[in-house]
Amino acid sequence: MDLTYSKEDETFRKEVRAWLKKNLPKKDKAISDLMPHDPERVKRSKDWQHKLFDAGYVAMNWPKEYGGQDADVMRQTIVNEELTLARAPGLVGASGLTMLGPTLIQCGTEEQKRRYLPKVLTADEIWCQGYSEPGSGSDLASLTTRAELVGDEFVVNGQKVWTSNAQFSDWMFCLVRTDPDAPKHRGISYILIDMRTPGITVRPLVQMTGDAGFNEVFFDNARVPRANLVGELHQGWMVANATLFHERNMLGSTTRTQLMMQNLIRLARSHQRYGKPAAEDPLMRQKLSDLLTRVEAMKYHSYRQLTDVMHGRSPGIGAMVNKLVGTELNHDICALALEIMNSYAPLKKGAVRVIDNGTWAYEFMFTLGLVIGGGTSQIQKNIISERGLGMPKSG
Amino acid sequence: MDFGLSEEQEMLQRSARDFLARECPSTFVRALYTEPDGFSRELHRKMAEQGWTGLLVPEAHGGLGLSMLDMALLLEEMGRAVVPGPFIFSSVLVTLALMHGGSSAQKKTWLPRLASGEAIGTFAFLEDTDRIDAAGMTLKAKKTRDGYLVSGTKLFVPFAAVADVLLTAVRTSGRGEEGISLLLIDRATPGLSIKSLDIFDQTRRVYEVEFSNVVVTKSALLGTEGEGWKIMARLLDAAAVALAADSLGGAQKSLEMAVDYTKVRTQFNRPIASFQALKHLAADMASDIEPARALVWYAAHAFDALPRDASRAASLAKARLSEVYSRTTNRAVQMHGGIGFTWEHDMHFWFKRAKWNEFAFGDVAFHRERIAQLEGF
Ligand SMILES: Cc1cc2nc3c(=O)[nH]c(=O)nc-3n(C[C@H](O)[C@H](O)[C@H](O)COP(=O)(O)OP(=O)(O)OC[C@H]3O[C@@H](n4cnc5c(N)ncnc54)[C@H](O)[C@@H]3O)c2cc1C
Repeated sequence: MDLTYSKEDETFRKEVRAWLKKNLPKKDKAISDLMPHDPERVKRSKDWQHKLFDAGYVAMNWPKEYGGQDADVMRQTIVNEELTLARAPGLVGASGLTMLGPTLIQCGTEEQKRRYLPKVLTADEIWCQGYSEPGSGSDLASLTTRAELVGDEFVVNGQKVWTSNAQFSDWMFCLVRTDPDAPKHRGISYILIDMRTPGITVRPLVQMTGDAGFNEVFFDNARVPRANLVGELHQGWMVANATLFHERNMLGSTTRTQLMMQNLIRLARSHQRYGKPAAEDPLMRQKLSDLLTRVEAMKYHSYRQLTDVMHGRSPGIGAMVNKLVGTELNHDICALALEIMNSYAPLKKGAVRVIDNGTWAYEFMFTLGLVIGGGTSQIQKNIISERGLGMPKSG
Repeated sequence: MDFGLSEEQEMLQRSARDFLARECPSTFVRALYTEPDGFSRELHRKMAEQGWTGLLVPEAHGGLGLSMLDMALLLEEMGRAVVPGPFIFSSVLVTLALMHGGSSAQKKTWLPRLASGEAIGTFAFLEDTDRIDAAGMTLKAKKTRDGYLVSGTKLFVPFAAVADVLLTAVRTSGRGEEGISLLLIDRATPGLSIKSLDIFDQTRRVYEVEFSNVVVTKSALLGTEGEGWKIMARLLDAAAVALAADSLGGAQKSLEMAVDYTKVRTQFNRPIASFQALKHLAADMASDIEPARALVWYAAHAFDALPRDASRAASLAKARLSEVYSRTTNRAVQMHGGIGFTWEHDMHFWFKRAKWNEFAFGDVAFHRERIAQLEGF
């Protein structure tokens, strides 16, 4: 074991840090506070990702020919760590970067990679995930949105739901049923849909936070070129699972968790409870330390997984727990923040007397959404026990 | 030994449930969510007709003269229906304060009006320190020839915008429990201004109340000057019981909604209720709630009949229900999947109310510490 970084990596880290110091838009609320319904804010968020890309700090491990740098994962990890340290906002093109991109690199045609990947990097094209349907959530493979192959086009009819950010997305990676007669896992295809295709209607859905973070998407004879099929016809389930694996890792990523934990500690130090900072209360100290312990465990757990990836080893059950543990940890951190703030806890962004601009109450809800999204905690437990521990499926 | 409800009490609860199903369905809660004051005078009037606003008020003053246990049963139903409005603050706290500390003139002026629903009261006690102990009461009331001059700020005052009278905890002298006084201040008094504090639970509106040289006459003093804390301590117990009862009803409703949903939602070609993961979640929720119900009944009973154990019982109920309500709504949201996270679905009303109830009038840690002190650990 050796936890030191190489000289080159250290130099690189310094460069990144210096660059961020100079270029990170400091007080730009527009990007730290993405509002899907506000085109101006969306544009500013895209500009930031583009700038970060131009500096060479986006998806550096991707292949050169598609806009990456063939860098080892360590480099990107350093960038991500520095972004977190600098309290940089999440990237607007995250779903393209973390879900579609890796999937296309793995399963896409040469043409598809060249066409789509560069614009994922620059945020010139934003992607949304069209998996869930009203009747198909946990049981995703039962999806019924129909795509009929007519000539060299798919004609798509049906409905997706809970589609995050669809209202400002340019493209959707979408699961459709191409063979209704085959067993459910074998009649699904994975296609890429231009959101401007005639026959597509996007209807925003408001979340419990009050923001329209996700949408319903309706397809009425929307025509999609056959060339937009990823993987083999009817074999989309395999492609979908590649994406789901990446999604779980993204949702379970604890880089943001570390930032939240730092913010929580800062809150506990500054917010007074009964005449002293919350952080001086013995009970709070226990609770903070417990959370910090869990956060640190996930940090080193991610180093271990990173090492496995660098050596080409399969991460196994270790990776299967990421989504469950990571999302619940995020929610618990927010819950303690609310406890510290007590009467101040439910104040909304912009309210008189609000602390940390209402982020904690908002995130308390949002993180519960992510406990559900990307496969619920119950489904994660099924995966861990069945696939990870080899326990038989229940009847 | 009879740890149960009387026939009248069961009837009260049943009729409250029917009434609220009719008069305050979730569509009504939803409509009030976006109203400026989050309050329906109409509903308040109808509740008054049922006798609820005067439930605790002695018959001599136009009320029903019922007990805290009766009130807790009603509040359980109101929590179940997430009824928006100042009911707890007006019909429990201000009402009890008047009953326990009011002069006969004050009782005569306010109790009949509170009971009839004509007037609304609220309780202004928190300040920017967010402390509910005596040390937290620092709003200055300077003695003048005819009364007091009040200057300073109260925070998180529920429904101040629709209240006629603010029962306000002020400091007339000293520190700690000595020197706290309670004033009944008319909201229309010059120098008193309110600002809305926008929070997520729109069924519980809170305000910042600014007093700038507010002139209050002597007749506004409730109880003895400097001895307000004794009344306040009693009110805090009442508030703990009231919120525990509200939480109990909300938790029970959340469990029922979740269970009902799992029976109709199918995934993998069967009702999701058939998955053991969800059955165990539901069983855990019920196992939280059932013993907690006994705590609420006991605390309400102790408030009236067992003065020596009233505070401890109130804290037991509040500590437990605060935790149980939040945990139950979290699980209930999860059992709904994506739909439970939407604004369109009703689940979030209870989810947000649970968090408000958790922190108001002492959070879990506060009441656990109080239990430890009262037990002499
Ligand atoms: C904030 C958010 C963002 C989202 N973004 C997207 C997106 O961009 N694109 C997209 O396609 N989808 C998205 N989703 C949808 C998400 O993937 C689904 O909500 C999730 O998979 C659950 O499906 P469901 O909502 O249909 O719930 P259901 O599957 O109906 O689940 C209801 C309950 O049943 C339980 N359950 C179901 N099956 C089992 C089982 N076999 N064993 C035990 N318990 C079970 C679940 O755990 C849950 O508690 C998002 C969801 C949220 C909340």
